[in-house]
Amino acid sequence: MNDNGYVRPELVCPAGTPAALRTAVDAGADAVYCGLQNETNARNFPGLNFTPAELETAIGYAHARNAKVLLAVNTFPRAGEFALWREAVDLGTRLDADALIVADLGVADYAARTYPGLRLHLSVQAGASSPEAIRFYCQEFGVKRVVLPRILTVAEIADLHRQIPCEIEAFVFGNIGMMAEGRCSLTNYVCGLSTNMDGVCSPAADVRYEEDAERNLTTKLGPFVIDRFAGGESAGYPTICKGRYLCDVRNEPYYAFEEPVTLNLSALLPDLMRAGVTALKIEGRQRSRAYVRAVVSAFRKAVDDIMAGRDASLASLLALTEGQRETQGAYRSKTWR
Amino acid sequence: MRDVAAEITLGPVLFNWQPDTWRDFYFRIADEAPVGTVYLGEVICSKRAPLFDEHFDAVAERLRAAGKSVVHSTLSEVTQNLDRKLVESVASSQEELVEANDGSALPQLQGRPHHIGPFMNVYNERSVAVLARGGARNFCLPVEMPAATIGALCRETQNLDATFEVMVFGRMPLALSARCYHARAHGRTKDTCRFICDDDPDGLELRTLSGQPFLTVNGVQTLSHDFLNLIDRVEELREMGVSRFRLSPHSCDMVRVATAFRSLLDGTITAAEASEAMVGLNLPGPFSSGFYDGKAALSRSLQ
Repeated sequence: MNDNGYVRPELVCPAGTPAALRTAVDAGADAVYCGLQNETNARNFPGLNFTPAELETAIGYAHARNAKVLLAVNTFPRAGEFALWREAVDLGTRLDADALIVADLGVADYAARTYPGLRLHLSVQAGASSPEAIRFYCQEFGVKRVVLPRILTVAEIADLHRQIPCEIEAFVFGNIGMMAEGRCSLTNYVCGLSTNMDGVCSPAADVRYEEDAERNLTTKLGPFVIDRFAGGESAGYPTICKGRYLCDVRNEPYYAFEEPVTLNLSALLPDLMRAGVTALKIEGRQRSRAYVRAVVSAFRKAVDDIMAGRDASLASLLALTEGQRETQGAYRSKTWR
Repeated sequence: MRDVAAEITLGPVLFNWQPDTWRDFYFRIADEAPVGTVYLGEVICSKRAPLFDEHFDAVAERLRAAGKSVVHSTLSEVTQNLDRKLVESVASSQEELVEANDGSALPQLQGRPHHIGPFMNVYNERSVAVLARGGARNFCLPVEMPAATIGALCRETQNLDATFEVMVFGRMPLALSARCYHARAHGRTKDTCRFICDDDPDGLELRTLSGQPFLTVNGVQTLSHDFLNLIDRVEELREMGVSRFRLSPHSCDMVRVATAFRSLLDGTITAAEASEAMVGLNLPGPFSSGFYDGKAALSRSLQ
């Protein structure tokens, strides 16, 4: 802890590809998180993620620069298909990943029993939001860190910190889903691919953009209209929880769940660092290297400024937010709910 | 097939019904519905739970007197202290059998028999084994689990003392959030909701911009518009090793629904007759086989 009462937090950054991993490490990430090219991780998107050989090289690159690599094995295996997740855990261990991020009770159990020295982080996909739930994972599997669902206020996080025996990692920037992580089957309902089991959310293959004569744009996921934009308006990616819908108690179409916004907690960083958050997580394994470089550099500087007692400015990040609109989500106050 | 008698169960009421309606519903279930187990308790919103307190004991007593097993279900999403207190008060009850719908309930249930609810992420044999080690005996599977995975799970867990339950009727729970979408639809927040969700006994319908019925809002929960109906798959599920079939309560005639499923299990009607018996329930959405066949639930019902 420094004179200002802050413990230096670990900056945990997304690495969707080997190139993004090197970019994040070079931009000042303390740790990067990534996944393998299959359904064992929750960003199982085409063109993303690592082959075993790439992972080995990437871990070497990061370790040579004192950065950690956290391997996400954070989906839920289907019955009878556990071997793929077992192999992912084995591989992460063999390649010396600094921690495995797990969500499934069975995967956590396998990892803890097979590799007692392996550091386990509880994925946000596990949806553990109370001290009781988190303590259960700590006791059963020796979990060392929990990645908190984006549904708690800073005050609730501070309160939680005092009641659990493990570290806290909290999301501070990026795409924000409205549903509690690990508890959403909307994509599966519409597209037939499960977020929990297949690591897929609003898959690009099911996205359609339809333009009419007036250049109005309709965005669809599967057979469903998710939103409509007037000619020239910038159109968001059709994610079910960010669409506009009709409802008998509303006169106009409305964002039934949330506007398309980006989570940006830069203004709350000092509060989060005082609340006992050990690691600050940036979302965006699907993002470009330029995006990763900009966001990681900005947060690196902000954290260093706060630790040095200077005001942190993250104004430059607004340009990178979705529709250039940002939110503090559930973190600031209960009125968001 | 596991050597366990098949049972029709009634899941907890997910919606915010008027307390008297809630009580009368369960009294009728006790008197008339051929269900073996009834799950009681508020699983969606801790703010609603006190509304039913005055009737809770009378309902549980009437159900038990009618020979039903009563299982107390815990809250599905736990964020605030109010939520935690509700979970603790339910899970600490030593007399009642408890169904855990969130990890928050697990510490208190370790070492004694309990149920695992459909809001817990249990998709594979190793997860079942971990929970069974702690005393879990019955698992109501996540609604998104397709038939092939249900079958595989039953096969891979034959050495465990566990029974499996599958939801076969009702709007399908699809997502949970910290935000109350009922309150949001009315321009309120969760703290200032004034219990507006009691307007909608089967949830509040959302349509797409093209007017297509799509989803249903129930407080912090999002459900399908369509109604899951697996009555024509019950025999198949039975052969896989599923022994318990869960009906999710709606404002329709649930005694009639329960009777159709029970008669099918008893062999007093055929599957075709059972399907026929489900026609005319006057539901606010069409039937769907949901996730059962492993394809997009919605595109299936549209075909």
